[in-house]
Amino acid sequence: MEKTVNKTSCTALIIGGSAGSLDVLLEIFPQLSQNLNFPIILVVHRKASNESLLTDLIRNRTSLLVSEAEEKELLKAGKVFIAPADYHMLIEEDHSISLDYSEKINYSRPSIDVTFQSAAEVFKSGLVCILLSGSNADGVEGLKSVNNFGGRVVIQNPNTAIMPYMPQQAVLQVQPHEVVDGHDMATYINKLNN
Amino acid sequence: MISEVIDNEQVELLLNDVLETHGYDFLEYSHASIKRRITRLYALDSFVSFAEFRYTVKTDKQYFKRFLEEITVNVTEMFRDPSFYKALRNDVLPVLGTYPFIRIWVAGCSTGEEAFSLAILLKELNLLNKSLIYATDINPSVLEKAKKGMFPLNYLKQYSENYLQSGGTKDFSTYYTANYSLAKFDESLSSKMIFSTHNLVSDHSFNEFQLILCRNVLIYFDKDLQHKVFNLFDNSIENLGYLALGSKESLDFWPKAKGYKRIKQEKIWRKL
Repeated sequence: MEKTVNKTSCTALIIGGSAGSLDVLLEIFPQLSQNLNFPIILVVHRKASNESLLTDLIRNRTSLLVSEAEEKELLKAGKVFIAPADYHMLIEEDHSISLDYSEKINYSRPSIDVTFQSAAEVFKSGLVCILLSGSNADGVEGLKSVNNFGGRVVIQNPNTAIMPYMPQQAVLQVQPHEVVDGHDMATYINKLNN
Repeated sequence: MISEVIDNEQVELLLNDVLETHGYDFLEYSHASIKRRITRLYALDSFVSFAEFRYTVKTDKQYFKRFLEEITVNVTEMFRDPSFYKALRNDVLPVLGTYPFIRIWVAGCSTGEEAFSLAILLKELNLLNKSLIYATDINPSVLEKAKKGMFPLNYLKQYSENYLQSGGTKDFSTYYTANYSLAKFDESLSSKMIFSTHNLVSDHSFNEFQLILCRNVLIYFDKDLQHKVFNLFDNSIENLGYLALGSKESLDFWPKAKGYKRIKQEKIWRKL
């Protein structure tokens, strides 16, 4: 299943998650290295009204700078950008953020597919995308694009996911470079820092 | 869902055609977003090649209507961001109520949900009879829908919740009559609306307003175009008038932003 991990360095990391992913995220962030040399983008399904709750939860667990993404904001290494509730988030060629209030994709806004796909074209082999627990298949199409553009596809081991459907679908439909247990995800991310 | 079928050069070719042939300028739109819309439409309408797609967009007037409608984002809601409407109700509209006549511009009104939300607020504050809402959009076909004031009934539960959260106290269902799958909003609301096409990219200021609402439109524009549109709004707002933007939009990086004061936590600015 696993392809050889190429040594291209990570220029951007995107983590997508849905139901059951919060636990993993809250476990990952306290363990992350403080000087990551790439930006982290989080796309997490949640209710439109829970505006800043996710941002606050993550912010309280890391010394990395964490903010809800602003439109036209430039991605910066060592910073965590959270896709705002009820907007899709896309990445421009100049590494700035575009927000989009178009139709929901896979009943979701933000949709993980949308961010994965737009970033795949921009960062190509420098992109690492992680798909976590969830109960729909959002993210799977996006991971296919990441693969096509030479990025790295990482999927949470479905056996370690509270909601295994999303990572399961990804493992079935996409050739992942890596399948990583939830508990080992932070270590994996820290190793991307080279 | 495949996003790599149309590349950046092809997007540029297509958008240049659209400008030359149809007079609509999308070249200063945020690239990632417009590219996604184009790719989506291309897949949705199952074109066999980019060349065929390009030719159809260029030569088929009927198809171009569809292109325009699909390339722009027309998703909207009534009382979206209830706290925003609460601020309009409590802090902005009562101030405008002291004027003899209220002129409001809803720029990029899409299918009209915001204009109708606003009309409901004005009605509840007893201001609707001295107000006029100019609702404009680049896209003639969404305006046709907006004029009818009919929205899908299955969204009304959400709209009603939004309305209550925004400080509304009436029974929301008194504002519409259910008609099969549609909710038809009271004509007293639309009687105070003027619908017209207006392209924020190429058209000029056409009046002076005390309030301009332009929410979730500027996110699709690049920075330069955003600044041009802010200048257009600046020329269209009276002193002490208000400008309201979407929850993720901001006046902050516009050079003339100092002439505006932000109202509380909301994306509402007052011209000083």
